[in-house]
Amino acid sequence: MSQTRIRVLVGKPGLDGHDRGAKVIARALRDAGMEVIYSGLHQTPEQIVEAAIQEDVDLIGLSIMSGAHLTIFPRVKELLKQQQAEDILLIGGGIIPEEDAESLIRDGYAEALFTPGTPTTEIVDWINDRMKLNRSKYF
Amino acid sequence: MTDSATWKEAYQKQKERQAHFVTVSGVPIDPLYTPENGAVNYETDLGHPGQYPYTRGVRTNMYRGRLWTMRQFAGFATAQESNERYKFLLNQGQTGLSVAFDMPTIMGYDSDHPRAFGEVGRVGVAIDSLQDMETLFQDIALDKVSTSMTINAPAAIMWAMYIVTADKQGVPSQQLTGTIQNDILKEYIAQKSWIFPPQPSMRLITDIFGFARDHVPKWNTVSISGYHIREAGSTALQELAFTLADGFAYVEAGIKAGLEVDDFAPRLSFFFNSHMDIFEEIAKYRAARRIWARRMKEKYGAKKEESLLLRFHTQTAGCSLTAPQPENNIVRTAYEALAAVLGGTQSLHTNSMDEVLALPTEKSVQIALRTQQILAYETGVANTIDPLAGSYFIEALTTQMEEGAEAYFQRVEELGGVLPAIEENFFQQEIADAAYRYQREIENKDRIIIGINDFINKEKLSIDLLKIDTEIERSQIKRVQRLRQTRDNLQVQATLDDLRTTASSTDNLMPKIIAAVSAYATEGEIITVLKEVFGEYRENAVF
Repeated sequence: MSQTRIRVLVGKPGLDGHDRGAKVIARALRDAGMEVIYSGLHQTPEQIVEAAIQEDVDLIGLSIMSGAHLTIFPRVKELLKQQQAEDILLIGGGIIPEEDAESLIRDGYAEALFTPGTPTTEIVDWINDRMKLNRSKYF
Repeated sequence: MTDSATWKEAYQKQKERQAHFVTVSGVPIDPLYTPENGAVNYETDLGHPGQYPYTRGVRTNMYRGRLWTMRQFAGFATAQESNERYKFLLNQGQTGLSVAFDMPTIMGYDSDHPRAFGEVGRVGVAIDSLQDMETLFQDIALDKVSTSMTINAPAAIMWAMYIVTADKQGVPSQQLTGTIQNDILKEYIAQKSWIFPPQPSMRLITDIFGFARDHVPKWNTVSISGYHIREAGSTALQELAFTLADGFAYVEAGIKAGLEVDDFAPRLSFFFNSHMDIFEEIAKYRAARRIWARRMKEKYGAKKEESLLLRFHTQTAGCSLTAPQPENNIVRTAYEALAAVLGGTQSLHTNSMDEVLALPTEKSVQIALRTQQILAYETGVANTIDPLAGSYFIEALTTQMEEGAEAYFQRVEELGGVLPAIEENFFQQEIADAAYRYQREIENKDRIIIGINDFINKEKLSIDLLKIDTEIERSQIKRVQRLRQTRDNLQVQATLDDLRTTASSTDNLMPKIIAAVSAYATEGEIITVLKEVFGEYRENAVF
């Protein structure tokens, strides 16, 4: 496997099963040349973090439509910290009011949040830019 | 005399404003429809309203007799807060209730289960036990309202709680009217809120058919739902075909369980989406009625007229709404509502403008309800029945829909039926492909969505959103824990043991579930017992 390919885990935490967004994003990232792992539905934060570490991903994208974003993002971030895997970037999307999105980013629980209507190209570009930045830092 | 050749020649000399003209679902549309492509046989393809094959409507007088039921889906936080919202809606002239449950309730977890963490009361109301159901309908006379409950895997339990609540109000089950969604097939296909594997899930459904026949005869036992299939990204045709395929699967399951088709088919109802393409939607509803009537009569041998009638609820398309410029969603919803009414819906939910951002506020719900009232009382669309019949375009689209659906039924049959097709991810892959194609069209600007890829405003959000207090989770957890301490736990245990035994047999589960909820066994406890016997479903996800 090429070392330069960005590896992404698209995670679907919580109980809601609305996976249209997660699947469309997963496919768009794959079409953009990334390695994409889709967690499947109804995952706990623990399962997502474990999968992310096992799969050695660069980034986790969480899709949340159930309104549980204010508990799930901090929980995933905390678990990443506990596992000393904070280098894994955490982003997300879903039904997330702007005010909540701002506070999650401000408090460091997510790097970026994309709400419905965001072009997938914008997400691809954001990831590519960030990964370039990250890799130049470490390599 | 009209001359098609001359017209065509003249038309082709002129420029069109875009390369392709297609519906929301990507179906090519001709510049003009004429008697040549819109021909139907009135007697066999349309019929008068209330007459076979019911293309023009399931009732003789349709909205001339009674308007559609205006039914706004609502529920959030605790039973008490939802109860207040229901009373508000009834006071505003709403004519039926529609209960939204929170995710833990939908997935069969009590509010104090670790998996419920952060999700209690978020997207609907938390119902852990009969106690919560009693609160939810306090001071609402259950012999006066019809109630729709959007619940699937645990439908039997919520329905049992409703029946017992009504009984405590002194309303016998024979008088109850309403609907449980109870459509597990579309959960495997699209919405993904499943608990048990398909076989025992189908058994729960046929148990409900049998119990309703004997005890709750006016209840709609399944709301066979295309809504979620469409929201997951399907085309209009896929929504139509997959939903009806599910419907036929329930009919076959009922027959296989030993029921007479006419004993349960009259209580099957449908639930469709209404997306932005007005004519495509209208054609979908008309085709749905015709296909259902034909198959029920010809293939399943239904004799009762009610078994042939495809009655449906419609909800405007949540997936058509945009987060930017949310006020524009009022307009989108109004057009979608128009399509549903022109298509002859029996009831309608209009989305609120802010639902793409959060649960709706009281104000935005009121605007959504007013949208329906304006449609009903001011526009004149309800003055005559099926006003678009005979339109070359509408009839051509309706026929095309029917043919397309028949082709899908053929493919499903080749795969061995709906359950094997689910296992092979047939529906799931079709939907994922359609969703991705739609997204690409938007990103390539082949399809213009106002505020998303054109006519964009850069201003900040200008509306207030509903906030759910996080304190609700804590108080609901306390409530269910207190219940477990105060109820008769010996009796709870006895009813749960009884339920376990029956689950392993082929006897009807409903009486046992009713006994358990009456003893205040919680939803989670009942589900746990059933999981022990039935197991749990696991999906092999595709994207």
